Amino acid sequence: MYVAVKGGETAIDNAHRLLAEKRRGDRRLPALTLGQIAEQLALSVARVMAEGALYDTQLAALAVKQARGDLIEAIFLLRAYRTTLPRLYDSVPVDTGAMLIERRISACFKDLPGGQLLGPTFDYTHRLLDPNLVGEEEQTTDLQTGPVGDAVVRVSDLLANDDLIEGEEPVTNGHGVEPEPGDMTREPLSYPLTREQRLQALARGDEGFLLALGYSTQRGYGRNHPFAGEIRIGAVEVEIDLPELGHAVPIGRVQLTECQMVNQFRGSSEMPPQFTRGYGLVFGQSERKAMSMALVDRALRAREFEEDIIAPAQDEEFVVSHCDNVQATGFVEHLKLPHYVDFQSELQLIRTLRKEWADGAGTDDDEDTGFSQEAAE
Amino acid sequence: MLDGAGTDARRRDRFAVLARCDFTELEQRFRTLDLDPDVTFLRPVETGLVMLRGRAGGTGAAFNIGEATVTRASVRLGDGRIGHSVALGRDRKRATLAAVVDALASDADEEIRVEEAIIAPLRRALSEADRHEVERVAATKVDFFTMVRGEDE
Repeated sequence: MYVAVKGGETAIDNAHRLLAEKRRGDRRLPALTLGQIAEQLALSVARVMAEGALYDTQLAALAVKQARGDLIEAIFLLRAYRTTLPRLYDSVPVDTGAMLIERRISACFKDLPGGQLLGPTFDYTHRLLDPNLVGEEEQTTDLQTGPVGDAVVRVSDLLANDDLIEGEEPVTNGHGVEPEPGDMTREPLSYPLTREQRLQALARGDEGFLLALGYSTQRGYGRNHPFAGEIRIGAVEVEIDLPELGHAVPIGRVQLTECQMVNQFRGSSEMPPQFTRGYGLVFGQSERKAMSMALVDRALRAREFEEDIIAPAQDEEFVVSHCDNVQATGFVEHLKLPHYVDFQSELQLIRTLRKEWADGAGTDDDEDTGFSQEAAE
Repeated sequence: MLDGAGTDARRRDRFAVLARCDFTELEQRFRTLDLDPDVTFLRPVETGLVMLRGRAGGTGAAFNIGEATVTRASVRLGDGRIGHSVALGRDRKRATLAAVVDALASDADEEIRVEEAIIAPLRRALSEADRHEVERVAATKVDFFTMVRGEDE
């Protein structure tokens, strides 16, 4: 517990002035523009949008600048900003099958409709620091173009056509109407969750946390034998139903990364074996996050597939209640707030314990266990 | 004359173009019509949020991915024509002008002028940019060869 403290206004004010000065850095250097951040630190901006759960490149760039490049602080800023705006619409679910592809790869099929399109990838680079990027860049990259190929069909759709993978159909009620998916920004989560609720939580979850959990499943903590069926990055059209017009209209595009993990089988006496799925969908170009999300999504479906829940990545409450880095940083960093009264009582307790220990020293009726138990409380 | 049956489809297309175009280009195109319509706002131009949805596995149950900023405008012209615009982002100037363009296009004759002077050139620029991007990505198309062990021996 912490208690309110008073005073310190001048110090706080001066600390914030100092922060502003440090943020600006050496004034002999030009200040960063939001355009530079959005264009040249695009993957930082993408991460801030994804985990801030707000798609707006300019605002995310501003958050990165204001946070001095601290991405979790930037995510926090974006989350705070969104609470100031009214919700005007819910979109029609985006069609990732119609994505304008910037990158698409499959680790399952060598040849597939639309081909393997590497796009702007770090893969196959040698991870050597590039001296050409020191200082001003001189030459422009000599970009090649290629002939436009076939439609880039989703790998999961190819597998689904042969019933080799579990089907994914929209959920409808008895009247053929889709229920509104749960929204954790509107109602607090109560466990157990639906997969839809989990996907929302994972989509905004911390990349590092989900990466570690996904990795843990590969190392045997909730193994689910994944293949990267497909990873695609690109722009999708967003549509909303506009009541004024009585039909859906496109309102612009967003960049998304989608990962379809193909995992080992399930089957029963009624159903032949099928591959199972793990799904990741993330704002911006965020391949590592989308893959991690897909691994964790599959692991969290353990209950649905009646698998033994033996590993952290399969424990929905553990994963979902710890994957939000804004919540996590809030609770961890609250330890910085004054705990003076709490600590005074701890000091009193430890002094009493030490006195009792000193008084009893040398006697045979030592009560070690009693001490440690009391201290732990 | 434009075909009446496709009105909704054409309006959808107009929305798609107006939502993605650059404000400066839109304004330049609009100026070529040499119009100065009397505009009143049906409600104040507003920036808010739209919750973006996806589907599990791409085709399954809908879920919320996260929100995006969105700006909308609704206008009435002096002669009573009404227009709307909704677009991702926070560009209020573009939202207003897009709603005016939408209102102008609600008249069948004017729709042709709007299409030719504003929408078609903007659409061309946007699809040109798309095609350019697709071609650059196409240059990264790779054919992997599966190596068979012992092949070289």
